[in-house]
Amino acid sequence: MDVVWEHREAIALAFAYTVLLFVFAGVGSLIGGTLLTAMRVGPIKVLRWAAAIYVTLVRNTPLLIVIFFFRLAAPKMDLRFDFVDVVLPTTVGDVRINNIFAACTVGLTVYTAAFVCEALRSGVNAVPLGQAEAARAIGMPFAGVMRYVVLPQAFRASIPPLANVQIALLKNTTVAGALGVSEAFIRMRGLLNDNPTARISLFIAFAAIFVVLVEVLSFVANRLERRVRVA
Amino acid sequence: MTVHRGAEAAPTNGAGQALVRLAGVQKHYGNLHVLKDIDLDVARGEVVVVIGPSGAGKSTLCRAINRLETIDEGEILLDGEPLPAEGKGLARLRADVGMVFQSFNLFAHKTVLENVTLGPIKVRKKSKAEAETRAKELLERVGVAHQAAKYPAQLSGGQQQRVAIARALAMDPKVMLFDEPTSALDPEMIKEVLDVMVDLAERGMTMIVVTHEMGFARTAANRVVFMADGAIVESADPETFFTNPESDRAKDFLGKILKH
Repeated sequence: MDVVWEHREAIALAFAYTVLLFVFAGVGSLIGGTLLTAMRVGPIKVLRWAAAIYVTLVRNTPLLIVIFFFRLAAPKMDLRFDFVDVVLPTTVGDVRINNIFAACTVGLTVYTAAFVCEALRSGVNAVPLGQAEAARAIGMPFAGVMRYVVLPQAFRASIPPLANVQIALLKNTTVAGALGVSEAFIRMRGLLNDNPTARISLFIAFAAIFVVLVEVLSFVANRLERRVRVA
Repeated sequence: MTVHRGAEAAPTNGAGQALVRLAGVQKHYGNLHVLKDIDLDVARGEVVVVIGPSGAGKSTLCRAINRLETIDEGEILLDGEPLPAEGKGLARLRADVGMVFQSFNLFAHKTVLENVTLGPIKVRKKSKAEAETRAKELLERVGVAHQAAKYPAQLSGGQQQRVAIARALAMDPKVMLFDEPTSALDPEMIKEVLDVMVDLAERGMTMIVVTHEMGFARTAANRVVFMADGAIVESADPETFFTNPESDRAKDFLGKILKH
């Protein structure tokens, strides 16, 4: 465990990347997934189709391919993230948010949004049709029906599956390491190579930190579920 | 008992023009012809009760009037305006048509008060204070003011349905549609809902009521419309209809339900 303690700052920095990737992609995927859900259950056929195709395409593609797409193929379509270059100084070192970090965040967002959409859609299906009818009957347009009546109830019903999706996202951030973001997985690999004798304790340390992070997420989800469980 | 209609019931504007007009309305569910060539005019302030056996198309008719059901042919006019197919125009028209459902459909995640104020605030763009004042008045009127802070699931069926009526009234609708409003209620709760509806009729509200409550039809209706197999078979004032129905179909129906 000495090795772990010795490198605590590097490990903390690595998890700062992990958590930032998760927060950006988490928020992005919740927003994107909500819009996709609205499109999928909405009255406009073209949008319904577009959202269905998006989900089919993205959900059925390995995450690594989606992320590599944004890093390697998207620039060929003039979709670049070179404008992103921010350095966040922390006590354990600088977190550098550059074009690679941005490509990974976008890839994770795009990928996770498809799963958020499906989780939320199951929630929408759990809201009785009469709720939407009653909202329409008092003259709400589709956007209002979704925003004030259907989605709030759908979110409640989807908290457990949404928590699963976000937990998967937290662990999926390790894929960003493959593109060179120095997040937890890459740091762990580096430390494993440099300290072959301390491999077991390094594995245990990284796994334990992930367990703690996911537990924090589950705790928040449970609290949220209990708080909104009214009717 | 007869209903004494309030002064506001007087059909003033639109001289003789129907508030709700259905002309040549047709609807099919696959091979099933659920609405057959429906013609129906409802005058301002009129209370029309629609009765008939299950599957006669009563609910479909009711729901077609604010386009919760689409129709295949014919037209539906509200205050002289044709129902728009969709979009903002339809939403605006729906705001003028109050609807009360068999299963109440109160917004489950909102309190009783919020249920009543949501439409006025978001659709009518009233201020929160104004909407709440009005909502409390209406809840008082339907007798559930003391439940304003509760959630729908904490209320009895009869209370929920009265809140649903208040929610519809909060939009100041030109006409109220009732789709079997008491069918999901325990017998002792039916009366409290019917009382509210009779009061509404007395105040001159234009109402189209699909119901199996023959007592209400006798008491509050200006006209009874009898439907069977998707068509309007008979249309008469309640006295005539109940004592001297014309069609065999209506005689048969009344014979079955009035025996018990």
